[in-house]
Amino acid sequence: MKTSVFFGALTVAGMAAGMASAATLDDVKARGTLNCGVSTGLVGFASPDANGVWTGFDVGLCRAVAAAVLGDSDAVEFIPTTGKTRFTALASGEIDMLARNTTWTFSRDVDLKFEFVGTNYYDGQGFMAPRELGVSSALELDGATVCIQTGTTTELNLADFFRSNNMSYEPVPIETNAEAQQQYLAGACDVFTTDASGLAATRASFEVPGDHVLLPEIVSKEPLGPLVRHGDSDWGDIVRWTLNALITAEELDVTSANIEELAASPTDNPEINRLLGTEGELGAMLGLDADWAMKAIAAGGNYGELFEKNIGENTPIGLARGLNAQWTEGGLIYSPPFR
Amino acid sequence: MSTITDPPEGSFRLSMLINDTRYRSMTFQAIAAIVLALSFWYLGNNLIQNLRQAGLNISYSFLGSPAGYDINQSLIEYDSQSSHSRAAIVGILNTLLVAFMACITATVFGVLAGVLRLSKNWLVSKLMAVYVEIFRNIPVLIWIIIIFTIMTAVMPAPRAFRGDDPAASMLFNAFAVTNRGIYIPAPVWGPGSIVVVLTFIASIVGIFFFRRYATKMLFDTGRLLPTFWPSVGLFFIPTILMHFIMGQPVSLDYPVLGGFNFSGGLQLGAPLIALWFALSIYTGAFIAENVRAGIQAVSKGQSEAAGALGLRPGRIMSLVVLPQALRVIIPPLISQYLNITKNSSLAIAVGYADVTATLGGITLNQTGRAIECVLLLMLFYLTISLTISAVMNVYNNSVKLKER
Repeated sequence: MKTSVFFGALTVAGMAAGMASAATLDDVKARGTLNCGVSTGLVGFASPDANGVWTGFDVGLCRAVAAAVLGDSDAVEFIPTTGKTRFTALASGEIDMLARNTTWTFSRDVDLKFEFVGTNYYDGQGFMAPRELGVSSALELDGATVCIQTGTTTELNLADFFRSNNMSYEPVPIETNAEAQQQYLAGACDVFTTDASGLAATRASFEVPGDHVLLPEIVSKEPLGPLVRHGDSDWGDIVRWTLNALITAEELDVTSANIEELAASPTDNPEINRLLGTEGELGAMLGLDADWAMKAIAAGGNYGELFEKNIGENTPIGLARGLNAQWTEGGLIYSPPFR
Repeated sequence: MSTITDPPEGSFRLSMLINDTRYRSMTFQAIAAIVLALSFWYLGNNLIQNLRQAGLNISYSFLGSPAGYDINQSLIEYDSQSSHSRAAIVGILNTLLVAFMACITATVFGVLAGVLRLSKNWLVSKLMAVYVEIFRNIPVLIWIIIIFTIMTAVMPAPRAFRGDDPAASMLFNAFAVTNRGIYIPAPVWGPGSIVVVLTFIASIVGIFFFRRYATKMLFDTGRLLPTFWPSVGLFFIPTILMHFIMGQPVSLDYPVLGGFNFSGGLQLGAPLIALWFALSIYTGAFIAENVRAGIQAVSKGQSEAAGALGLRPGRIMSLVVLPQALRVIIPPLISQYLNITKNSSLAIAVGYADVTATLGGITLNQTGRAIECVLLLMLFYLTISLTISAVMNVYNNSVKLKER
């Protein structure tokens, strides 16, 4: 662990030169694949399936960017990163973008010199407890032992929550989600805390999910989003607008099913035309083909499709849209206009 | 003989740096030193330049800001508002604690297993051989996780102690063994307990002097005083007497089940126990081999001679063989102690808050100051390793063969 961080630090040293001088877009095109940092395995967001093919909500975004830039949604090298290694991997240029349930915070954005290009999931930290414990609120957790996946904002929120409510607790920081789960299931901790979406995903992988309850309190704001390095705004724009294209597509009812038809010839709706490249020069402004957004949307569907397919209510994860509904439906998902 | 002439003097030519064996080695060493210095300079310069290009800098100002996270085991006062540097110190103390405890138990395990492996009893020696081979051939990280998993899976959770007919119960109503750790009664120091503590310290000093006196008697007069039972008596009796004379100032705080966990008493956390035990038993296997090698290095004639003088086997081992074996045992023992200290950085696997977990883990991650944190970690481990080496070398000098 120590050595990996050290090598990571060395890599920062070794590769930073290449990163600062060359444009990421050119690197990706020359390489022919997109290096996308994802989590080491969180069902629904990023995990390899039985055939070793990465699937998930975050993975969908990587594939969309790859489709927009390279025209091939499979031209992605998925690089699993832990909570600890993700920033070093991005800073060093090992990955071109990070899509890994990463909370957008001030210090990460400003001090660590990263650029969060948007929010693809509005989350908040929650608690999960065994049903037999009879706990119905996080405010009843005074004195509890809490399992935490280390290397996240979770530890800080947890400390703040217990401090502001004058409660004590004993933290058990665990390196990976899998080990934390095992500790929680063995009863070595009373509650398990992480982002509510992560809790739902974790609970879905339990043998009897019904034996565990998610407590109603959400103790923090966790806007999760993809991020890139500072210093290459062109590349940041590509990732930002790929995400916005997926969101706009849902708003305009452009789906992977009807996109071929809509892109074949200009439609009555000018915004759809601009989005799909049948009108205007938006693609060229990004340095991409005119049909970049069309390829991105066709890769895995629009934002809503990605959500429903990976973490929606019909999946084992079973997350409701909630805050992540389109702004037209009372949620926070909102894309600036394509014009 | 007379045909050998003196080497030509005075005429130093540049080619002699390569061709002349007198200078060649120095030439190569100088070249190597220059290359090494240049490569370090290149790496350091590269780092600084690239950091500057990325808009980053090397700064340790984060050490003063509040850490914001809690630590489950802390030997000093600490809460989430303490600074990052204090969190690092908590981690350092936790590292030193587990390393110290593991060094002691590993030595005990190692000496026992090493001596028993040479036992004439077939079963005992084979059992020890199995222990050594199994434990030293499986990576220590795996042992840490195995032991921790067994602890959490086999031991009862605190909630098993609850109810009218609990699945688990406390030992003597004082000790609770749970999968979160072992809870034991904690002493409460009432008024006057300082006298009891002083008595205890005095009796330890007394034992030390008694043993010195016994050795002196043995050397001067040849009379062998019994030492074991008097030592045990000195250890317990004065302190217990003083405790009752002072009206029992030291009382015990028993752990009680309340809320989610046991409260009161002392808690030995499961991560600490798992890490401590795994490091001791793993390194103990290596130390056992060192001990065996050391004992076998003492020639058989020594123990035969001691036997001929009428010494019993136990005394042959402790008075004749082990003191000579120590000369062989101690140098590799130093590196085992260093291994324990460095291997304790695997603590995060079981959630033990050592310095790699606090400074090199959460702090690094929250502040993003990877290079600074890793440099500090390297400095810490280097310092502590060199200190252990220095102390053990002093000890080694005191037991090594005195050449007069």
